[in-house]
Amino acid sequence: MSDGALDKPGLGVPADTGWETVVGLEVHAELSTETKLFSASPNRFGGEPNTHIDPVSLGLPGSLPVLNQKAVELAIRVGLALNCGIRPSVFARKNYFYPDMPKDFQISQYDEPISVDGWLELPSGKRIGIERAHLEEDTGKTVHIGGAGRIHEAGYSLVDYNRAGVPLIEIVGRPELRSAEEARQYVAELRAILVAVGASDGKMEEGSLRVDCNVSVRPAGSDRLGTRCEIKNVNSLRSLGRAIEHEARRQIGLLAGGRPVEQQTRHWNEDEGRTHALRSKEEDHDYRYFPEPDLLPLDPSAEWVEEIRRELPPLPRDRRLRLGEAAPSADAGHIALAVERSLDGLALAAIGGGGLPERVMIHIVQNLAGGAGMLDAEALAGLAQMEEAGELTATQAKKVLAVLAESGGSPQDAARALGFEAMDSTELESMLDGLIAENPEEWSRFCEGDAKLTGFFVGQAMKATRGRADGKAVTQLLISRRG
Amino acid sequence: MGQQRITRAECARVAALARLELTEEELERFTGQLDELLGHVAEVEALDVEGLAPTMHALPIANVLRPDVPGEVLDRDEVLARAPLAEDGQFRVPPVLGEAP
Repeated sequence: MSDGALDKPGLGVPADTGWETVVGLEVHAELSTETKLFSASPNRFGGEPNTHIDPVSLGLPGSLPVLNQKAVELAIRVGLALNCGIRPSVFARKNYFYPDMPKDFQISQYDEPISVDGWLELPSGKRIGIERAHLEEDTGKTVHIGGAGRIHEAGYSLVDYNRAGVPLIEIVGRPELRSAEEARQYVAELRAILVAVGASDGKMEEGSLRVDCNVSVRPAGSDRLGTRCEIKNVNSLRSLGRAIEHEARRQIGLLAGGRPVEQQTRHWNEDEGRTHALRSKEEDHDYRYFPEPDLLPLDPSAEWVEEIRRELPPLPRDRRLRLGEAAPSADAGHIALAVERSLDGLALAAIGGGGLPERVMIHIVQNLAGGAGMLDAEALAGLAQMEEAGELTATQAKKVLAVLAESGGSPQDAARALGFEAMDSTELESMLDGLIAENPEEWSRFCEGDAKLTGFFVGQAMKATRGRADGKAVTQLLISRRG
Repeated sequence: MGQQRITRAECARVAALARLELTEEELERFTGQLDELLGHVAEVEALDVEGLAPTMHALPIANVLRPDVPGEVLDRDEVLARAPLAEDGQFRVPPVLGEAP
């Protein structure tokens, strides 16, 4: 996983506490369209506040929403990739009073969502049920001003409606995850699927992928669900793992002490590493959903759905299988990483082009964390071959790779430009002649069989050539000279 | 009128959800009116709809879609000039407590 330090399963609630953690996730992903869900304002991250606005996204009187075809197509792709059924659907108004929506309602799908009853397969093979995946519009952004930035002392708020009306797909998973680690895997896999089908950029740090976690605990072996709390403000995979583990421990602490868990929405504080209550469900909002009268039903034809299904790109799971077949000795985690970075196509092509799988995978995993840039498969294959032929050391290859990623070109040219021209054997031989002449005592000890002296001569050779010599070639020459 | 279909308390709750402040007299009147409306719906409910597919919309039209092509946006200054308060290119509103529901 690309998120750095992992919350390993063992760090969470110990298996022997007698409690089981139950997690269900709701994931909101912004769809990668050019325009908003119901109007032609651009759907673009950032930008000056209130510059992507139009009468519909401001809810001005007389404005009417018209559904974006691309958003529907992307939603169908997501539904199909999650093995859902695609069905006729309608939009509804979710009514609430909060300035992030100027209309005082959000258009969403409620009782008739576009996709239902699917599943997502974790890398372990476990399938997690998907209850539904529906379309809705995103809300605007509010910023609190005054009161030293503290919400409860805020003097006023500022609102930017650039994001209001951006298409979202909300994916509601069943509460079938059993640990923080499984939840992390679920989100990582879901993100990979969303990116693979071109539905979303999946950037949690920019808020285009947002996760709400429903966490409860129950005695191990019980099949009844405990009272759950919903955790918001989880902004990375790492936070997700930490927040779930913290919340499970908090609930177990309550229950073990004979106190009940109160159904609440809780806010994850990354700095403090804990959750705190936002509001309890007793004051839960009644959104008074009703069918959106300004929009007609959506009933994608079977032909359209099949066309989208046919054009669906290979999913991460299949891509992992393919790369695994091409690089059978590679670690499963490395294969997953290559797919997550969308470098599996490059790896496959480089292996197909004659690059040794092991060498190709090393570069993919260790040296291309920032992406392949200008590097193409032919160059990567060529680089792996040069290493294999002893023309480049591993350190040199890494430097050549950096140049190729930065500005493209052939590995031969890049190596030459860096002064990594392989020394031919006559050059090596004459250098060794010099070293032996300068170090007669060491040479005779080496000839008597003192193996430690191999390292001495290789080191001297490297020094003399400023690292250009291939250590293996020098060692072989030394041995053959000794006879 | 037979059995009451909506109570005064329910009517008061619906009004509160819609941020409507009703006088006692209005509450009384609207409870009666809503009850009457629900009575009309009850007549429809009494019909035999066995075997009929649910109607999703009054119009027999579906899939009204537009292509994903950017269009014109509004001029920010012009829009904000009509807002009650604005600051830094944004709408200024009374303090918002807590998160969006």
